Amino acid sequence: MPETLLDIKNLKIEATVYPPGEDPHDITIVEGVSVGLEGGKVLGLIGESGAGKSTIGLSAMAYGRGGVRITGGEVTLNGRDILKLGPKGLRGLRGREVTYVAQSAAASFNPAKRLMEQVIEATLKHGLCGRSEAEARAVKLFRKLGLPNPETIGNRYPHQVSGGQLQRVMTAMALCPEPSLVIFDEPTTALDVTTQIDVLAAIKEAIRDTGVAALYITHDLAVVAQVSDHILVLRNGNKVEYGPVKQIIEDPHEDYTRALVSVRSIDHEEKKPAEPVLRVDNVTARYKGTNFDVLSNVSVDVAPGQTLAIVGESGSGKSTLARAITGLLPPSAGRITFAGRTLTPDLKTRSKDDLRELQMIYQMADVAMNPRQTVGTIIGRPLEFYFGLRGEEKHKRVQELLDQIEMGKGFIDRYPAELSGGQKQRVCIARALAAKPKLIICDEVTSALDPLVADGILKLLLELQAQEGVAYLFITHDLATVKAIADSIAVMYRGKVVRYGPKTQVLTPPFDDYTDLLLSSVPEMRLGWLEHVIETRKMESAGN
Amino acid sequence: MRRIPISALIGLFFTALFFLSAIFADFIAPYGMAEVVSNSIWDPMSRDHLLGTDALGRDMLSRMIYGGQTTIYIATLATILSFTLGSVLGFTAATLGGWIDQALSRLVDLVMSVPSLILALVVLSVMPVSTTILILVMGLLDSTRVFRLSRAVAVDITVMDYVEAARLRGEGTRWIVFREILPNALSPLVAELGLRFIFAVLFISTLSFLGLGVQPPLADWGGIVKENKEGLVYGIPAALVPAVAIAALAISVNLVADWVLNRTTSLKGGRGA
Repeated sequence: MPETLLDIKNLKIEATVYPPGEDPHDITIVEGVSVGLEGGKVLGLIGESGAGKSTIGLSAMAYGRGGVRITGGEVTLNGRDILKLGPKGLRGLRGREVTYVAQSAAASFNPAKRLMEQVIEATLKHGLCGRSEAEARAVKLFRKLGLPNPETIGNRYPHQVSGGQLQRVMTAMALCPEPSLVIFDEPTTALDVTTQIDVLAAIKEAIRDTGVAALYITHDLAVVAQVSDHILVLRNGNKVEYGPVKQIIEDPHEDYTRALVSVRSIDHEEKKPAEPVLRVDNVTARYKGTNFDVLSNVSVDVAPGQTLAIVGESGSGKSTLARAITGLLPPSAGRITFAGRTLTPDLKTRSKDDLRELQMIYQMADVAMNPRQTVGTIIGRPLEFYFGLRGEEKHKRVQELLDQIEMGKGFIDRYPAELSGGQKQRVCIARALAAKPKLIICDEVTSALDPLVADGILKLLLELQAQEGVAYLFITHDLATVKAIADSIAVMYRGKVVRYGPKTQVLTPPFDDYTDLLLSSVPEMRLGWLEHVIETRKMESAGN
Repeated sequence: MRRIPISALIGLFFTALFFLSAIFADFIAPYGMAEVVSNSIWDPMSRDHLLGTDALGRDMLSRMIYGGQTTIYIATLATILSFTLGSVLGFTAATLGGWIDQALSRLVDLVMSVPSLILALVVLSVMPVSTTILILVMGLLDSTRVFRLSRAVAVDITVMDYVEAARLRGEGTRWIVFREILPNALSPLVAELGLRFIFAVLFISTLSFLGLGVQPPLADWGGIVKENKEGLVYGIPAALVPAVAIAALAISVNLVADWVLNRTTSLKGGRGA
């Protein structure tokens, strides 16, 4: 019988909330969660945002983030209850027996210190070994994690390496003190699919070679399936299901787990090509003060009532294309024709109708709405601005739009802070719709959302397209989304369109090397997928 | 409605006291502003003269009340002027950017590079010193500070997606400044308002003390210090009375400003709690 390394029993976690206008009170975030982990194994914690997965993960180092308190239960690590340790005991535990890899490596490194200093800091602080030995350990880990120039990469500063590399350096930092448990908190969520796969492979290999146990926290079941031995599914701070990976993926017992496994079940029939409403013709653009073309000779069409998906990794120029079309970044060459009219390059010189018929929805609904305006004002403003609606008439139309986005009465007087992530994005959709546009540019609109919520948004967008006949230019890096809603696809790589055509044609082999890499990098809910891809792919991502 | 904290209550009470006595000075003051009520100077505190008399034998309490009226009146109007001008120009500069931003910002740098007291002294020594001129000079000089603050705050807000969404909609500068930026920039501005008001009180007092502010026989707190400063040599505290009044006003106004700041940041949709 293998030894139990970590044993969480009846964990209860509470926090005090301070809602505006009410007295502060305590809420329970996690209740009655018990789970065990053997040495050298990986436990995946999965759930939507607010499920308590990070909170539970951090409890393994007896830490509560942001006023969160562990109020009940036991957390036994290496045979002792770490919740009963005093500050001194915890200092000896954290960074030595248990280490942590955060989601955003870019925000977690000190930009003023070299990587090596930071990687070996905990090891030196705990007096585990001397400086030269710690550095040797770090270099060994850099090599194991597949970082380029392992001997010298430690001399660089955080901004001198890519996001994927930084995430691997952080993994090296966590492994350097040779802990018995590492907590990975969404380590690949902020990365591109093509980069994610390299980091995943590196992490998996490092875990296997060092024999460390790990808690792997993520919201992406397909990712966790690649690295874990067991999976714990969480929802609203409660345990939903726990079991070996194979059983969770292939034979989930609970409805909620089944929904997670089968997410992205939208079927979308590709529509026939038609005379385009938007024609982007040989557009080239660069940012002021640079001599590098972010877009070079991009030509794509969008047909009325259809969806063109623009796919590519970050830095490929997808969002810049949106900025060029909307006139925020006037192109240096090329022509954009919209609804039969040629659009002027600069936003300021466009007619009100051009502005009205071309709307945009943003990735972060949080910052796309003025936090000091109510939903009624946010949706009502385009009605007032473009159609001159006022008073009762405007109110009625706002309510109609709210009904259309499946949000009932009572939302009109709310502020954005009082809405959930999915509701916020719905309000942004209603705001775009209020202008009665011919084309909506959707810039990564589902990337910041949980998979089930994102699914709801995509279904809504498709329904609205059927009702209103609006065309979408859908920018995304998520190929599952593309498959679900696109009629035609343009694949972008380093500012150029490398593959463009109707959906079925783009997604049918033979592929060019980049499209192949992109398609094969989308995590699949299948055991052994990661190994298979790493073996068979032809090129590496630009970010690596 | 949340309970008002005790510090804010104290602040509100004293602020209200100062402002009310300033507004109703004519009814409250026991004697006239320039009325000589005693044959001797610097009488100690007594039942007839609660704060004693000043260097000319005038009633100190009445002088203080009328002085407060002048000081608070000038400081308030100068603050309103500096905030209106400074924040509108600051927001506009941040929203429009480009050469307008450059021109305004460099102009402000230029004005700020000269110590404002010296600048005010130069201007006031060539202009006729009247209340209006005082308010204009103080308001304009102070607006440079407000401009800097509001531009800095607004620059952060103009890059938000909701401002971009408004631009894409075709909104004019006026809507963007007053409807998108202003509500989100209010909290730091309110905090600054309390401070600036007190600086204005100090500024007008300094000017009067130097003889270039409010002209006698009109009373103001800085002037009262000036008239009575010789008394300090003989151990007569008359000059300290206005100093205490300025300190009390400064603290109470800022207690109120702190409270308003706390309330506006935790408003629905406020930035952070």
